[in-house]
Amino acid sequence: MELIKKYPKLFQWLFLLIVFFALCFAIDVPETYKFIRGQAEFVKDPNQSSFVFLGKEVRYYAFDVFWRLPPLLGWLPIWINDSLFFLMNEWMPIEFWNEDTQEFRTRPLVLQISRNLTAFMTFLIELIREILLGGLETIVAFTSWDWIDKNPWAELPGLPWTIVAAGSAILAYKLSGKGLALFAGLVMVYISIFGQWKPSMQTLSFILVAAPLSFIFGLGLGIAAFKSKRVEKALYPILLVMQTMPQYAVLVPALVLFGVGDHAAVIITMVVAVPPMILLTILGLRAIPPEVIEAGRMSGCNNWQLMFKVLIPTARRDILIGVNQVIMVCFSMAVISAFIGAKGLGFNLLLALNQLNIGLALEAGLCISLIAILLDKMSLAWANKQTDYFGNLTFFQRNKNILFFAATVIIGIILAYVGTFLFKGSYNYLFEVPHNKGISTADFWNKGVDWIFDTFFVYIKAFNTWLIQDVLQPMRALYLRMPAVATIVLVVGAGYLIGGIRSALVVCGLTLFIAFSPWWDRALVTAYMATFGVIVSCIIGFTVGTLCFQNKHSASFMLGVCDIFQTFPSFVYLIPVMMLFGITDTSVLIAVIVYATIPATRYTIEGLRSVPIGLHDAATMSGVNKFQRLTKIEFPLAFPHMMLGLNQTIVFALFMVIIGAFIGTEDLGQYILKALSDKKGAGIGFTLGICVAFIGLIFDNLIRTWVEKRKKHLGIN
Amino acid sequence: MSEPVIKCEAVYKIFGENAKKMLQDSNGNVDAKTFQENGCIVGVNNASFEVSKGEMLVVMGLSGSGKSTLLRCISRLTDATGGKIFIEGQDLLQLNNKELIELRRNKMGMVFQSFALLPHKTVVENIAFPLQIKGIKTEDSISKAMDMVKLVGLDGRENYFPRELSGGQQQRVGIARSLAVEPDIWFLDEPFSALDPLIRKEMQDEFLRLQDKLQKTIMFITHDFDEALKLADRIAIMKDGIIEQLDTPANIVLNPATEYVRKFTEEVPREKVLLIGDVMDPSTNDNLGDLKVLKDEIIENVAEKILTQEKSVAVIDNNNKIVGSINPTKIINTVFGGRKNNN
Repeated sequence: MELIKKYPKLFQWLFLLIVFFALCFAIDVPETYKFIRGQAEFVKDPNQSSFVFLGKEVRYYAFDVFWRLPPLLGWLPIWINDSLFFLMNEWMPIEFWNEDTQEFRTRPLVLQISRNLTAFMTFLIELIREILLGGLETIVAFTSWDWIDKNPWAELPGLPWTIVAAGSAILAYKLSGKGLALFAGLVMVYISIFGQWKPSMQTLSFILVAAPLSFIFGLGLGIAAFKSKRVEKALYPILLVMQTMPQYAVLVPALVLFGVGDHAAVIITMVVAVPPMILLTILGLRAIPPEVIEAGRMSGCNNWQLMFKVLIPTARRDILIGVNQVIMVCFSMAVISAFIGAKGLGFNLLLALNQLNIGLALEAGLCISLIAILLDKMSLAWANKQTDYFGNLTFFQRNKNILFFAATVIIGIILAYVGTFLFKGSYNYLFEVPHNKGISTADFWNKGVDWIFDTFFVYIKAFNTWLIQDVLQPMRALYLRMPAVATIVLVVGAGYLIGGIRSALVVCGLTLFIAFSPWWDRALVTAYMATFGVIVSCIIGFTVGTLCFQNKHSASFMLGVCDIFQTFPSFVYLIPVMMLFGITDTSVLIAVIVYATIPATRYTIEGLRSVPIGLHDAATMSGVNKFQRLTKIEFPLAFPHMMLGLNQTIVFALFMVIIGAFIGTEDLGQYILKALSDKKGAGIGFTLGICVAFIGLIFDNLIRTWVEKRKKHLGIN
Repeated sequence: MSEPVIKCEAVYKIFGENAKKMLQDSNGNVDAKTFQENGCIVGVNNASFEVSKGEMLVVMGLSGSGKSTLLRCISRLTDATGGKIFIEGQDLLQLNNKELIELRRNKMGMVFQSFALLPHKTVVENIAFPLQIKGIKTEDSISKAMDMVKLVGLDGRENYFPRELSGGQQQRVGIARSLAVEPDIWFLDEPFSALDPLIRKEMQDEFLRLQDKLQKTIMFITHDFDEALKLADRIAIMKDGIIEQLDTPANIVLNPATEYVRKFTEEVPREKVLLIGDVMDPSTNDNLGDLKVLKDEIIENVAEKILTQEKSVAVIDNNNKIVGSINPTKIINTVFGGRKNNN
């Protein structure tokens, strides 16, 4: 009794666990239960039951409700699908003037809007692509008599790679300095020499369209949310879900609405890239000291002047950090969008992975990573750059970068012209190195992979077998063995103990959504893979973070490494693991672990760093040794921040598990991948995405609530 | 006397959801406690006063006393919950948005505690900002702003960014910016509180120099009583949103209206605040010494001279006319005797 009074929380948790395990043991596995429960869309099985909702038949395997809840939401994907089709093909037919046939045609409104939007996006992408790669048909369309027909004679060469390379080096120099300029130049030269120029420019043109549009929309919505509470409240849940929704899952509905290709990819990229921009805009505007706003008002600004002359310039840095985020999201989407037919590096990577040509994949992956780092560093440098006074500079000093660029354009053109004589009859390497005509190290890497396989096959296989048989499969079985009711009790109980009734209700709602969907088993598999990844990542991340923190230089070094790794699109991580472990669950899990270790490490170092210096001094003066300081002072104070790291780790792990479906897993991701090639997959893909997002949000809610309470308790904000 | 520049009549500012209704129900008798129980916080409670042209009113109070809120009501950065505010006879609360912007562009200037400079503009651009907002051409606004730069003594630094300036210099920019449109009314919200004591004193002197030259109508907020005494024509002391006393510095020191005001005045070095005229004996007798002192002289400056006299000293006004006398013992009592003699 004494003990219970002393540690009430501990006993509440114990009680919760006892209830959970009691439920687990009390509820038997039904005899008819097989893994892979009924999916609404599959062939009817004699064991299936069905119900009709809104005229749709939903099939499912009937089990004891304590074991698995019936898929009451099984109609949702079908319904979403039908609504989408209805919207696209039947809703609001309106007459549109058709330019080609010179007559009115009846078309559904949404279809027409979607087609126009698509055409517009295609035009933008083509325009930029042709500037970079040649063939200025799009621009010349402006000069054509009806603005649509392209003049066939108008075929201009694109920019020679030398000019683009020098241009990016000059831009990098202006933004940051010599180091970045050198890096930018080298990256461009690398891309060109290795024959990745064309796909790289295709990807780049994709970003050049998607990023500015996302920026404008994000900024606009962010301002609207800042000005009106109502808009903010309406946006908030969407932002929350989008943060934990795997990018992969958003692709599916895009297919239905916009079809296959770059344009669809751009539009869907905007859907993903806008939320972080909104968040950072709101954050930046909120961080403006109220006195600056008052100063603006007292200077007689009207609302418009206040926003554009005072607020936005003051929040410049946060907004530009938003731009950085937008660019990075666009880039990673540019890679993933290969699944819906976007051209560029992602497409090459996907192709190479499909052919199991690890060497080619590695080259494309390296290229992607280098561009990612370059884009990240450049946009960050832009954000951190402070305006300088230039009124007292001469014309040359003020415009030297533009002048330099003009000079390089001329030199580049001359070089390209010289090239036509140098490489007569073959490719003009000074103009553009064609795809696959550059240096390729693919063979070398492929041989390397073969060698690794030949030499270490036995060990890798042994490790693989051990991991799968002795660790993963038992763990998976345990997860699947949990009766639905027990899981819900555990999660809701945890919610209640951490955040009270409110948290419990939120968590309960999220869990029930997944439980009522037809994919509970799959969600459990996703959860098991993510859990495994998160546990290992946290152990590694916390250890590495703590060790690196012992020394100032190693800590900054580690943070830098995390920065770089974080910029890689998640897809790239699959390459090395496939190289080593082939196509197994082990590969996916290792990719998950590598990817999810980044936030775990970063937040550990940041958390430990945020411990105030005053406390360090106080501890030192109390005579603690290093170990005591770590356990008694630093860990307790850094723990809330480390838990936020855990939160990020979970989100990262979930993303990777879902993308791992590409290698072949049996979880929600597999169905998302399936939905991508299914004509009626939109509803399923979307619902699956929401399921994954909700798994993330359950943990997000629990961890955030706990952290906030803990921080309040410790008096840190 | 001409019309007051600022006139407040029973101004209330109450924060909270149904503040307006509660204020109406209370009939002007606002009790902070009952309001707080209902989720409302009283910022300004029944403030009525006038500020006439060229006068400097210093509003003094501890943090949370409502002094900044009062200032924001008068500049209408927040809307007062009840009462009336007149700026040169114009009813401030009746102005629409456009008129309000017009008023701010031409009549009002404000200086902030945290300087509130725009980080992306240089010194001269910051100062020219209100002019450009008004729609004045860039060239004209910059040349006008350069005059202001000279006025506050920042010439040579006009192309610096705020991040490159010290706190005192930044506040000079803030002052110059607020003066750029040549406002009639000048609001200063704890302008020197964020500065070091030495810089603060320097800035106070600078401020007095400027005011001597410009003769604006000023509302000055501070939590520093010494600063208030040094600068003010009149002081309003606020506590919990209520103006406890509004009077000249001398009267506040000599006749504190409430116990709260008395506490403030206890530690004040009287000889630095009071004038000879405040403590002199208005009756004159013939038994006076040769020394004559001006009525408007601060005691500290002449105390030594008076104390060396044996007889009472004649007090004269600016026209060299004897208006009263003062006895050396009176000086000693004033400086060292504390309240006993004065109350």
